[in-house]
Amino acid sequence: MKVAVLQFPGSNCDQDALKSLREDVGVSAEYVWHDESSLNGFDAVFIPGGFTYGDYLRCGAIASRSAIMQEAIRFASEGRPVIGACNGFQILAESGLLPGALLRNKNQKFICEDVFLAAGTRRSMWTQGVDRVIRIPIAHGEGRYFIDEDGLKSIQDNEQIAFRYVNAQGSAIVEANVNGSLDNIAGVINKEGNVLGLMPHPERATKALLGGTDGMLIMNALTLVNA
Amino acid sequence: MPAVRVFVTLKPSLLDSAGRTVAGSLQHLGFDEVQDARIGKVIHLQMETVDEARVQEMCKKLLANTVIEDFQYEVIG
Repeated sequence: MKVAVLQFPGSNCDQDALKSLREDVGVSAEYVWHDESSLNGFDAVFIPGGFTYGDYLRCGAIASRSAIMQEAIRFASEGRPVIGACNGFQILAESGLLPGALLRNKNQKFICEDVFLAAGTRRSMWTQGVDRVIRIPIAHGEGRYFIDEDGLKSIQDNEQIAFRYVNAQGSAIVEANVNGSLDNIAGVINKEGNVLGLMPHPERATKALLGGTDGMLIMNALTLVNA
Repeated sequence: MPAVRVFVTLKPSLLDSAGRTVAGSLQHLGFDEVQDARIGKVIHLQMETVDEARVQEMCKKLLANTVIEDFQYEVIG
């Protein structure tokens, strides 16, 4: 099992991801630079957070048009696992691999805190292990999930809402909706369930030393992949 | 040399939180007539030639995210 951690100019959670994967999840992981065009030899892709290309034009817009992302789109079409956290989610949404878009937080603030999440569906490789409310950090200014009415109905009907912001008891109440996302959405999966994008950072919650290990419930999915 | 000016704006139905903040600041300065502000982008493209079909393609492929944004453009010169 070998995970590609994609690196773009402006990625800044790449080292966290690599260390989390190697030291805590216990899989092998290597960086792959954005102008590479092959993912040969890799079994999964992790798109880390950051401010790729300075967030120019829109968050994730330029990175999503890079050579490695064209390969990641092909890779995902084979049903292989792809996860993007924070800016990685923005890149996946911009690439069209995931539905919707991420807008400026409702309160205009960059929010850096722990949030509670509940799985919106357990029927995907990424969410099957999330059997309780989990606590994971967020750190973003543009994480307000949006999709039009038809799109929302479609992701609800197809069970594509991977995670919602909830309170500690697991209720998706408005007070728990930290950035004003539609339907409290914190993460979505594609129809096939192999591509996950989420604003929270599971890779920052895989060591007790860093304040929590709930991220393992998501990251552990990678240990179940047949490589 | 022809040029194209592309305007990208958030769809009207979406909350523009940055725009709302600007409107609030204008009101704070005494411009009470301001009801709302929406912030968009202007992208000025210096072109060798202009083919409007290709300009549309540029807008849809990169310059605007049509999930959340509308675009308009004008050809100059």
